[in-house]
Amino acid sequence: MIKKILIANRGEIASRIIRTCKRLNIQTVAVYSEADQKAPFVSIADESFLLGPPRVNESYLNVDKILQIANEANADAIHPGYGFLSENASFAKRCQNAGLTFIGPAGHIMEKMGSKIEARETMQKAGVPVVPGTNGAVANVEEAIRIAAEIGYPIMLKASAGGGGIGMQVVHSDDELTKAFASNSKRAETFFGDGAMFMEKKLENAHHIEIQILADQHGNVVHLFERECSIQRRNQKVVEEAPSPFISENTRMKMGETAVKAAKAIGYTNAGTIEFLVDESENFYFLEMNTRIQVEHAITEEITGLDIVEEQIRIANGEPININQDELTINGHAIEVRIYAEDPVTFFPSPGHIHELHVPAGENIRNELAVTDNYDVTPFYDPMIGKLIVTGGTRKEAIAALKDALANYHIKGIKTNVSMLQTIVDDAQFKSGITTTAFVQDHYLTKFQTN
Amino acid sequence: MQEVKASMAGSVWKITVSEGESVDSGQDVVILESMKMEIPIAAEQTGTVKELKVAEGDFVNEGDVIAIIE
Repeated sequence: MIKKILIANRGEIASRIIRTCKRLNIQTVAVYSEADQKAPFVSIADESFLLGPPRVNESYLNVDKILQIANEANADAIHPGYGFLSENASFAKRCQNAGLTFIGPAGHIMEKMGSKIEARETMQKAGVPVVPGTNGAVANVEEAIRIAAEIGYPIMLKASAGGGGIGMQVVHSDDELTKAFASNSKRAETFFGDGAMFMEKKLENAHHIEIQILADQHGNVVHLFERECSIQRRNQKVVEEAPSPFISENTRMKMGETAVKAAKAIGYTNAGTIEFLVDESENFYFLEMNTRIQVEHAITEEITGLDIVEEQIRIANGEPININQDELTINGHAIEVRIYAEDPVTFFPSPGHIHELHVPAGENIRNELAVTDNYDVTPFYDPMIGKLIVTGGTRKEAIAALKDALANYHIKGIKTNVSMLQTIVDDAQFKSGITTTAFVQDHYLTKFQTN
Repeated sequence: MQEVKASMAGSVWKITVSEGESVDSGQDVVILESMKMEIPIAAEQTGTVKELKVAEGDFVNEGDVIAIIE
């Protein structure tokens, strides 16, 4: 039985994990960098240990130091949160070798899902539809043009070593492809030391919809329905909601069943998310699998009444899931907005000092915060400083609650995206429930274009 | 003369030119890094790099001058 958990993470997710541990009477150990000495998660943990300087390689990615602290503090398990080491297979293996329970899937499964090519091939074998494209690197421009003729434009060109948008470009013709292939390959080579490029059909008007699953060590797998996460900027989510207002009950069932089938096929354990792109006709295609807790897990908790962190700990303890699929139902509607420390139009980061912080409160409002009043937001980590989650009996009620809550969300001293969120919540297209991954481009940024 | 300015607060991740080097308009001069985002800062005119005001690892605020192109 897990009695003491070290949380190898920071910010709101560290606080959120600690909260569940406290309720379950599990001791908590926080680890933090010099930049996070005053962070809320450090003070609420039962014990806390300094990792080192702010840079992630010397702090939150410092595996040796984290394992050393876990040993010193007598922790018996590690919760990796999201980001940082959460999808690092060798970390999971090293935890296991050190006699620590890693709260997540086995290392070899993380490895499989972490490789874009292998994940794609594995899912194809499990009978999950994938986006038409290449299963490996494209050798040269001539081959790229030949493949483009097969799958059809528009095509998304991706650097195999990339992730944060560098080396990614949509192309619409042979001419554009020729230019983009050379320039992106060169850029990827300069930035990542690897110029290998992949191609994937760019689905038009696609929705990003993902299925949350739970899988125990006894072969039981359930899905906790979907989250609609189409509203993104810089390929990162901004607004998420559950359930999706777009898909039909039939598609919801099919996507859930497919996710469960895929999880069983790869022998997955613990909480995970299978992300899909869904086109206008509700055809869905595997995008990737996240082998960890997601930022947006809270909206699933709100509509199902489950605590996903608690489920993760129980599964890691070897307990069977004691919920049947047919007992799970969707209650009401939940929306999450991510609060980013950034310019609301250019999306450039805005680190700095918060000298005033006021967040809304209420029965249908949940705040997950990484910061406090009178707090320095440093440039070292992700710009997300909080999450605001609202619920309602219906989507309409949830939207009304979100509008009210955002009007009472005040952060002074740094730039935030709160004004962007207010614009979105008032937008007719958002209210209609048809939000695609082009939403920010087509329905938000257009409001700022000058002639 | 053109001042190349930081478009966001962050640290200088990479400097891709050196003093005395000629640059084209649109060519990346430095790459800033902040909150996991890498932002290339490009020269807005063709010319010669007269002065680099920063070194790799330096912290810059939004609007700080990074380089001078002549």
